Amino acid sequence: MTITHDIKSNRLLEVEIIDNFSDMTPPLTDKQVLVASERCLFCHDAPCIDACPTGINIPLFIRKINTGNAHGAAKEILSANVLGGSCARVCPTETLCEQACVRNSCEEAPVEIGRLQRYAVDHLDKDLPYPFTRDAESGKHVAIVGAGPAGLACAHQLARNGHQVTIYEAASKSGGLNEYGIALYKLVDDYAQKEVDFVLEIGGIEIKYQQALGRDVYLNQLRENHDAVFIGIGMSDVNALDIPGEECAGVEDAVAYIRDLRQENSLANLPVGRRVIVIGAGMTAIDIAVQSKKLGAESVTIVYRRAMSAMGASIHEQELALKNGVTFICNAQPKQIIADDSGVTAMEFIKTKLDEEGKLTLTNDTFSLPCDVVFKAIGQKFSSIPLGDNPTDKPALDKRGRITVNDSYQTTLTDVFAGGDCINGKDLVVEAVDHGNKAALAIHKQLSSSISPQQEQL
Amino acid sequence: MKSKANKSKANLACEFIGIKSINPFWLASAPPTDKAYNVVRAFEAGWGGVVWKTLGEDPAPINVSSRYGVHYGQNRQVVGFNNIELITDRPLQVNLDEITQVKKDWPDRVIIVSLMVPCEEESWKKILPPVEATGADGIELNFGCPHGMPERGMGAAVGQVPEYIEMVTRWCKQYCSLPVIVKLTPNITDVRKPAEAAWRGGADAVSLINTINSITSVNLETMSPEPSVDGKGTHGGYCGSAVKPIALSMVSEIARNPDTSSLPISGIGGVSNWRDAAEFIALGATNVQVCTAAMLYGFTIIDDLCDGLSDWMEKKGYQNISDFSRMAIPNTTDWKHLNMNYKRIAHINEDACIQCGRCFAACEDTSHQAILKTGDIDNRKYTVIEEECVGCNLCEITCPEPNAIVMKDIDTGEPHLSWLHHPENPYREEP
Repeated sequence: MTITHDIKSNRLLEVEIIDNFSDMTPPLTDKQVLVASERCLFCHDAPCIDACPTGINIPLFIRKINTGNAHGAAKEILSANVLGGSCARVCPTETLCEQACVRNSCEEAPVEIGRLQRYAVDHLDKDLPYPFTRDAESGKHVAIVGAGPAGLACAHQLARNGHQVTIYEAASKSGGLNEYGIALYKLVDDYAQKEVDFVLEIGGIEIKYQQALGRDVYLNQLRENHDAVFIGIGMSDVNALDIPGEECAGVEDAVAYIRDLRQENSLANLPVGRRVIVIGAGMTAIDIAVQSKKLGAESVTIVYRRAMSAMGASIHEQELALKNGVTFICNAQPKQIIADDSGVTAMEFIKTKLDEEGKLTLTNDTFSLPCDVVFKAIGQKFSSIPLGDNPTDKPALDKRGRITVNDSYQTTLTDVFAGGDCINGKDLVVEAVDHGNKAALAIHKQLSSSISPQQEQL
Repeated sequence: MKSKANKSKANLACEFIGIKSINPFWLASAPPTDKAYNVVRAFEAGWGGVVWKTLGEDPAPINVSSRYGVHYGQNRQVVGFNNIELITDRPLQVNLDEITQVKKDWPDRVIIVSLMVPCEEESWKKILPPVEATGADGIELNFGCPHGMPERGMGAAVGQVPEYIEMVTRWCKQYCSLPVIVKLTPNITDVRKPAEAAWRGGADAVSLINTINSITSVNLETMSPEPSVDGKGTHGGYCGSAVKPIALSMVSEIARNPDTSSLPISGIGGVSNWRDAAEFIALGATNVQVCTAAMLYGFTIIDDLCDGLSDWMEKKGYQNISDFSRMAIPNTTDWKHLNMNYKRIAHINEDACIQCGRCFAACEDTSHQAILKTGDIDNRKYTVIEEECVGCNLCEITCPEPNAIVMKDIDTGEPHLSWLHHPENPYREEP
C-alpha cells in the first residue's frame, strides 16, 4: 500500500490493537457449557442437523457434552466435519443451525450451538488416540488443488479411505480463507494452522506449497499423474467498481488488505486511513470496516447502493459493525473517486431509489464524502485462467463463470471434481467442507470400482 | 410476631394433635434444627415450628467429616441428596437448656423434641422427664434414621420391627404426658405395619417419611461411594424433591388404611414448595415438615410456602387447612377399582408445537406408534393417530412445551367398569 494523505501506521498503541483483535466470542466456561447444553431438547429429526451443510449430529454432540463426554462430542463433530473447530468460530450460525433451533419458537433464544461446538472440539482429548484411522493403502493417488477448507476436507476423507493425496497450494501456507480471509478476531491464536496440523495427522497427505494452478502445475499434468483431481481453488478475482478514479492511490481491494492483515505479525505496522469508505454489503465489507475501526481509523462508512435490509451481511454482522462504530449510508451508488496528486481525497455518490417495479434507479441527488482510503468489497469472482484454455483439458463453466459440477461434485471431466467457492454456492467455509466431503465420497467410489478384488484384499 | 408471612385472609393457623401452630410448616429434625441459633433464625423467618434434632444419651455420638452426597439433574440442580450424619453430637444438657430457653422466648412456636435412645425401658424412662421439663410441645420418636444408628440397635433398626415400635411407644406414653409422634422409616416393605404398631402402642401421630437408604454416586476416579470419607463410603439417607412421590404414596397408604385412618400424620419427604405441602395435606397429612428445601435455599423460603398456600386456599375458598385436608383420599384407590371404560387420548396443539419431535421419538420407539410425522424439512408436523393412542401420557410428559400436548377425555358412552367386575377377569365379582 502506498502511503498517501492521512494514512499512517500506529494509530493506536500495539496493546490497544492486540486487545481490539482478541477473540470476539470467547470460549464458554464449563459452567456456561452446562447451562447452554442443558437447553438442547435432543430433538428427534432435529432441524439444526438439516440446517448444517455438513449434517453434524448436533443434538447428539450436545448431549455428549452435557454428560461430561466432550471428547466424544468432538469425535461426533469431526467425523462429519473435520474443520468443525473453525466452523464453530466462523459459521454464520444465526442463519444456519441456530436459526433452525426449535428453542427460537417460544423463547426466541436458540441453543448456542456454535459456541458449544467450539467447546467440544477444543476439548478433544489429546491423550487419547487420534480419532480417525486410515484404511489399507489403496495404491491410488489423488491430486487436490488448493489447501483451503474444501481441499482439506476432501484430502482428509480420501486419506481415511486409504488413498494417497498430494495437495498443490498456491500460497505458502494452507488453510485457504481460514488463514487469509476470515476476520482475525473470529479465528485467533493461529487456529487455522493448528487445524491443518490436525487434518494432516491422519497421514497420507502431502502439501506442496507455492504451486499455483496454471503457473507451476497444470491440470493436464495432474490428470496424467494422478487417479483423480479435486479442484478447490476458490475465487481469485475481485469485482471492480468501474468508475473514474478507481486506479488512484488509496483505493484498495478489501480482500488483499485482509490477507495482509492476517499475515502481519505486528498489526500496529499496518497503514490505516483516518477516514475510510467501504463499498459493499457482504461479509467482507463488514470485516474490513470493523477491522479498520479496530486498527484506529477515525471514521469508517459503509456505503451501499440498496437498503440496509437488502444487505448480504446478516443482521448479526450489521450489528457487529454498528457496535464497533461503523456508519452505514444506504441507497447511494458510487459515481466517482476524486483524487489529487497524492491520492484519493473524496468519493462522490448518487442517491438511489426503487421505482414502482422495485428496480433500483438513480436520482439527481449527489453528495460527496471526504476520505483517505476507499475499500472495494463488492464481491469476489472466480477466475478460470488457471484452468488453461485447452478445451479437452478444461472443465465446463456455468453461466456465472464458475466450474460446473453434478450432484457428486464431478466436473464435465470424469476424473476431475471441484468444490468450495470455485463452484456455485453460498461461499461459506462449512459449505466448502461439505463439497470436499461429498467429492471425496464420489472419488472413493470411482477409485474403488477400479481397484481389483485382489488389491482390495491387500 | 416477627413473621412477615401469612398476609392473606385464608387462615394457615392449625392444630396438630392438640398442638397449635401459626402455620402448617415445621422444620424436620435435621441439621437446621440442631441448636438454638438455627431455630431462632427459623422462627424469625416465620416457621411455625421445629422438630429439634434428635437427642440421645450422653456421650453424644461423633460425626465424620464429609457428610452429604448429591444427585444432580442435568444443570446441577439438586434432585436429591443424602446424609450420613448421626443424631445431635452435642451434650444432652446443652440441648435441653437451649430448648427450654427458645420455647420460653417463642411461646407461639412449636418445638417437638426428637428422641433416640437404646431400645430399653430404662433408657426411655430416664430421658423423658428432663425433656418434658423443657416445656417442649411434644416428642417425636426417631425410628427412621437409616445410617449409623441402626448399627447400634437404634433408629431404623427399631422402626423395621413393628413390635419394638409398639413397645417403645407404650413406654413413652407411660413415662411422659407429652403428645408422642412416631417417625417412620420408608425402608420397609409395607409402611402400614409400623403405623399400625404405633397406633397400638398409643401414638398420638406418625410422621413420615424418614430418609431412604441410598448411595448417591460413585466417584469413578477413586471408586468410592459418595459422600466419601477418606476413600470409603456408606449408604446414607436420601431426601429432597426426588423422594416426594414415595412419601406421598406412603402417607396415603396410612391415611387409607381403615386401621390407621384416624391416626394424624405429619407429612415429610421432599416438600419444597406450597404446592407440595397442599398435596401432602390433601393425601392425609395434617401438617408438613420441611428440611432439604431449607438446607438448599435457607429459611426464607417460608415466605413463599405460606404466601403461596394461603393465596391458593383463598382462590379455592378454603378458609382453613382442614377444609381441604384428606380431600384426595376418596380418589386414591386400588388399581382394581379403576374404570376400564375410561378413555383419554393425546391431542397435539399445532400452534404451540415447536416441532422438536420428542413426542414422536418417545411414542415411536418406546410406546404405541401413535404419532404420525408428516410435513417437510421446514415444517415438521406431528399428529396423534387416535385409534392407536392408549392415553399413556408419555408424549405429554416428554413435551417441553406446557400447552403443546393435552390429554383429552373421550366419551366412550360406556358405564363405569372395574377389573373387579370385568367380564375377562376369571375371578370377577358380580356387582
